[in-house]
Amino acid sequence: MPEVIPAVARKSAFALTTLTASLALLTTACTGQSGSGATDDASKETTINFWHAWSAPNEVAAVKSLITGFAKTHPNIHVNVVGNMTDDKINQALRTGGDKAPDVVSSFTTNNVGKFCSSGALVDLNPFFEKAGIDPQKTFPKAMNEYTQFDGDRCSVPLLGDAYGLYYDKTAFEKAGISAPPKTWSEFEADAKKLTIPDGDSYKQLGFMPNYHGWESTTEHYFAQFSPTYFDSSGKSSLAEDPAFKAGFTLQKKLVDELGGYQELEKYRATLGDEWGAKHPFHTGQVAMQLDGEWRLGMAEEAKPKFEIGVAPLPVPDDQAAQYGKGYITGTIAGIAATSKKQNAAWELVKYMTTDTDAVVGFSNAIHNVPSTLEALKSPKLKYDPRFKTFLDIAANPNSTTTPASINGGVYLVTIQQFGYDYESGKATDLPAGLKKTAAQIDTDIAQAK
Amino acid sequence: MSTVTLASKRRRAALRTVAFMSPWLIGFAVFFAYPLISTVYFSFMHYDGFKPPTWSGGKNWTYVFEHYPLFWPALRNTLWLVLITVSLRVVFGLGVGMLITKIKTGTGVFRTLFYLPYLAPPVAATMAFAFLLNPSTGPVNSILERVGVPAPGWFNDPTWSKPALTLLALWGVGDLMVIFMASLLDVPTEQYEAAELDGASAWQRFRYVTLPNISPIVMFAVVTGVIQTMQYYTQPLIAGKVASGVIQGAGTQFEPGYPDKSTLTLPQLVYNLGFQRFDYGAACVVALVLFALSMVFTAFLMRRRGGLIQAGD
Repeated sequence: MPEVIPAVARKSAFALTTLTASLALLTTACTGQSGSGATDDASKETTINFWHAWSAPNEVAAVKSLITGFAKTHPNIHVNVVGNMTDDKINQALRTGGDKAPDVVSSFTTNNVGKFCSSGALVDLNPFFEKAGIDPQKTFPKAMNEYTQFDGDRCSVPLLGDAYGLYYDKTAFEKAGISAPPKTWSEFEADAKKLTIPDGDSYKQLGFMPNYHGWESTTEHYFAQFSPTYFDSSGKSSLAEDPAFKAGFTLQKKLVDELGGYQELEKYRATLGDEWGAKHPFHTGQVAMQLDGEWRLGMAEEAKPKFEIGVAPLPVPDDQAAQYGKGYITGTIAGIAATSKKQNAAWELVKYMTTDTDAVVGFSNAIHNVPSTLEALKSPKLKYDPRFKTFLDIAANPNSTTTPASINGGVYLVTIQQFGYDYESGKATDLPAGLKKTAAQIDTDIAQAK
Repeated sequence: MSTVTLASKRRRAALRTVAFMSPWLIGFAVFFAYPLISTVYFSFMHYDGFKPPTWSGGKNWTYVFEHYPLFWPALRNTLWLVLITVSLRVVFGLGVGMLITKIKTGTGVFRTLFYLPYLAPPVAATMAFAFLLNPSTGPVNSILERVGVPAPGWFNDPTWSKPALTLLALWGVGDLMVIFMASLLDVPTEQYEAAELDGASAWQRFRYVTLPNISPIVMFAVVTGVIQTMQYYTQPLIAGKVASGVIQGAGTQFEPGYPDKSTLTLPQLVYNLGFQRFDYGAACVVALVLFALSMVFTAFLMRRRGGLIQAGD
């Protein structure tokens, strides 16, 4: 037999090892250097790079308009805008630096704030705020202040925000004899059941999709209504200690069981459209209530639903009825790259985009996100559908909460959500033990990241 | 000829050899040796991509093997896919290849029909399968229900998600079909005639004539199949995303292997650890596990290949 096989196999083995090693190469990147380097003169002629993630034509136009406004007040600082930049690209550029790397970045996710701050990839903006005489506590809503810093290091700043509330089908509410949106969890539970119309082993209409896979009904969005504390003062997970989590998991599971059970709901969910398409089940009337962000209003109206859309804050637990009006807050962030040699000029842009009331209002009007300063939230120049006011109020509500920055990003949220899947499906039945185990896992993951 | 001249000639010959080999040597050093050594090095370091790496000893290894809850499910899934999917793809590819070599008319049409799916982009193909296999609205389950067969949950059921991925892989078996067809047509017909004269059955002709002749190609198909499956990333990721209905956008969380981690594979962990969690050390550990597994499978297959040829000789 000719020696064809060994040659082929040897080459294959080589290809195998090369490809595997190439995969490994992807995990090895250059070491970035961080430092303040804020020695540039922002009053001199200069050009800075601004990377952002917006990509839709109207969004890109809004960014352009924002930068045009900046150019009018800072004619000496020219901004080279680069859009559609994903977090992966931004992270890579923050590591390597260089002339083409961004001086100012913005990201849609708050997940990386802990890493950006602790690693020094983005500079601490506290000295800049102090120098400019701006008090962030008095400038930004409380929750937005929280998610833009980590361990006292304010390495990012909110650049518009997202607030979560309850969308409801007013027509379905009328048919079911419900006069107003629910304010407490008990009312919510009762309404969800009343609005549910079974159809054999499925549903003609579901009052609410309670499963954690129900698009935006994730654990962190639910639990914001329970005002949880994710970490104690020593940085350990409070999941097993804070009763808010136990209450949240218990009430969600009860709702799942009451609306037909996990399997039935998942089976129904598989028939529904995806989150970002026109066939979203709330648009089509397949679910009567939906937990979602402020962007859903525009998307739902665009889909031309056959019912009137109502908007309200999410209900709160019965024992927190006084705090009705709060919600979950998150948003886009901006920061200055530690590798930037033009940090003072970069700060001028960041300051303008995030603290100039007219700039924030104009950008909010164009993007249809929630403004991220307290002044902008009450600006008369804000143009919005009257229902959008609900989200402005949620954003300004001091009881609204967010998920705190962590050194390993959103890993702890994924871990909690994973336990949520197990608990709602009945795979995990011992809630206290599950919470304890999940908290231990979160602590282990954080220790690994330090 | 003097000794000096001989030594000089040998040295020149050696240098010439090295010069001719240099493109490969440079490629080997840059794309294989350096990444491999770096990966081993970083697996013992704490490195987030921003700060300089610091020595962490065996911490990353302990974390991945003892404390990282996604490692073992991903390893089990990867091994399942390597054992089941690769085996079925080889058997199916060979079967289709044999079938088409026997067809007298319309061979070109069948070849094209079986090969075309292989050309479909993985993302589009996976999304199409997720639509076809939708447990509630997909046409496959509608047909199964009509004929009274219990309809599986496919990509929405942890028990059926990997078989669904296997179906997707079998649908795109055109690459193997083509190379098996070529090798089958190369088997000397006189060997079949001799076997028939000796009274060999169809199975015996396949076992003792066809298989030994095409064993290099079978080995090639298995080894490359193992390589591809070790790198399996796009299809399980897309299938999980589409089936979950939660399409990952900017700012959304990584969901490991919907449903219930059943579509999670080791390359997904490398990406998640390295690029989403900034934990390059742990990502390197998983990459090295993939490397070790690849070596083990290759070594095992090389040994088995010897047995296969001997049986045929």
